[in-house]
Amino acid sequence: MTEHKSVGRGANLRDIELFLIHEADLIDQRRYEEWLDLFTDDCRYWIPLEENQTDPKNTISLVYDDRKLLETRVRRLGKDSMHAQAPHSRTLHVIGNLVVDAEAKNDLIAVRSNQIITEYRHNSIRILAGQVFHRLESQNDRFRIAHKQINLIDSEGEHRGIPIIL
Amino acid sequence: MEIKYSAQDIAALVQPGRVHRDAYASPAIFELEMERIFGRTWLLLGHDSQIPNAGDYFTTVMGRQPVIAVRNEDGSVQVMFNRCAHRGPMLCSLDKGSVKEFTCPYHGWVYGLDGALKSIPVARGYPQEQDPRSRKLGMVQVPRLEIYRGFIFASLAQSGVTLKQFLGPVISSFDDLVDRAPDGEVEVAGGIGRHVYNGNWKFMLENHLDGLHPRYVHASSVAAANEQDDARATDGAGEVAVRQMRQNGAPNELWENIGLWAAPNGHGFLADYHDDEKLVKMSDDPLHVEYRRRMEATYGADRTREILTVMRWNTIVFPNVSFMSQFGQLRILRPVSVDRSVVETYVFRLKGAPEEMFQRSIAFANIVNGAGSPVLTDDLEVYERMQTGLHTTGNQWVDYARGIGRDIDTGDGTQRGGTGTSEIANRNQFSAWLNYMSDSEVEISTEAAQ
Repeated sequence: MTEHKSVGRGANLRDIELFLIHEADLIDQRRYEEWLDLFTDDCRYWIPLEENQTDPKNTISLVYDDRKLLETRVRRLGKDSMHAQAPHSRTLHVIGNLVVDAEAKNDLIAVRSNQIITEYRHNSIRILAGQVFHRLESQNDRFRIAHKQINLIDSEGEHRGIPIIL
Repeated sequence: MEIKYSAQDIAALVQPGRVHRDAYASPAIFELEMERIFGRTWLLLGHDSQIPNAGDYFTTVMGRQPVIAVRNEDGSVQVMFNRCAHRGPMLCSLDKGSVKEFTCPYHGWVYGLDGALKSIPVARGYPQEQDPRSRKLGMVQVPRLEIYRGFIFASLAQSGVTLKQFLGPVISSFDDLVDRAPDGEVEVAGGIGRHVYNGNWKFMLENHLDGLHPRYVHASSVAAANEQDDARATDGAGEVAVRQMRQNGAPNELWENIGLWAAPNGHGFLADYHDDEKLVKMSDDPLHVEYRRRMEATYGADRTREILTVMRWNTIVFPNVSFMSQFGQLRILRPVSVDRSVVETYVFRLKGAPEEMFQRSIAFANIVNGAGSPVLTDDLEVYERMQTGLHTTGNQWVDYARGIGRDIDTGDGTQRGGTGTSEIANRNQFSAWLNYMSDSEVEISTEAAQ
């Protein structure tokens, strides 16, 4: 697979797109430790419960991880004792409708994309679709993710367990 | 072909220390459960803080029947079947909302908040004696409704035991939850979560009083949390989560020593989960110090100590509730079919407590109830494997003999498991199950109860 080593060398749309593709490839290839390395030391990884939810602290979420919990989540994905991933899922991310927010503050680049994630496990297919928000820092010629948020279109729906990274 | 179960057939399913797999796998048994258990017992629908003002409503199901809980103009709570008296469409299709009246989308029949028919279009179309208003058609109240400390319970049966009789000793778990609020009230806050698993509804109730499973089901999150570097950045959420994951890995000796009580009607609870030494440690936490100060301002030092010494963990109210007071968590089961169950998850805010305590409850909810939780997802996986495993016919039995003969009669209406890993809760739930399922004299409402 392409390694997109040039990611982060500036903030033009194509570079950002290649970075998102790279990030999704790491998930789809289950290279979770490398995926985690894309995140800042003070990152958030968030899948809200409610449409237009703004507050992860006073409203429940499908997932709300700070750096500490995200590290534990990723480490668990490497454990043979993780029943919910025996067998493991195969996923495929498709990324589109990329928009970069010009009003990004604090030197962060705000990126919105539409993503369709298809998961295969145990002879069944699940589609998880939503708007994905990234806030990217540009550090040492590469991007790092300060915040990744997945607003699933069915966030309030009746979900079976989502043990994987989206 | 439809399978019928006679009273003898059903009695044969529940034996000392084991239950036949049909109890979890037979669609015909599930139909009987809807009629004889969910059609008869008290069911928790929600909490009155969800509908604070006149016209506020939420919708839910009792068994599989859609109902509306609404705050009436006189401040009372009513629960009515969610259908128009005319042709039957659901009057409310949203999870919650606020209305002045209920209007049918089909032909515009209008009902007051009390369910009485207010107006119909083209009333002259009826002969006078057939006018739906003179026939007193209206929305139909569920047969019985009782509220305990804000918790709204209803029953589809016209008669039966009172809510207090039904709850018995586990009523104290509701007290334990509400008494923890410095202002003496709790409220549902932070959204209602949902998850679903392709397995029988009883698996969840059994699992929440199962002291042996955490080390095995949650082995991956225990190991991952134990290896976690505590110095990494957290805004509090990760700290709550990692601590809970580690706790699941406590040695079997600890689980053996926690308290597990079985109460009449299939209820039960885990308690003594935190010993006094941990309580003392907790009192060093500045947040807990402030919380305790507020509690003492309301209740005084002695009563505060009494309230906070009750360290109740999960409580099960058979057949549709699991809750725990310390972090204000509650789950309501909505069985869909024999092999599919929806779980709705609630968080309670302790009114008058420091705001950060609620944030800890939210973090706790995410780690025990979130659809993406590293803990819950392994429980759901095991429920689904049980459902598939129970398709096998080589072994027809599910075994729950651990601790049999070692139960301790406490003299207060409960039985305590000889150890915290006893399967007393399974035996107790199936004792209640058999009692309900054996009795075909079900009283299901078909008429208005007004």
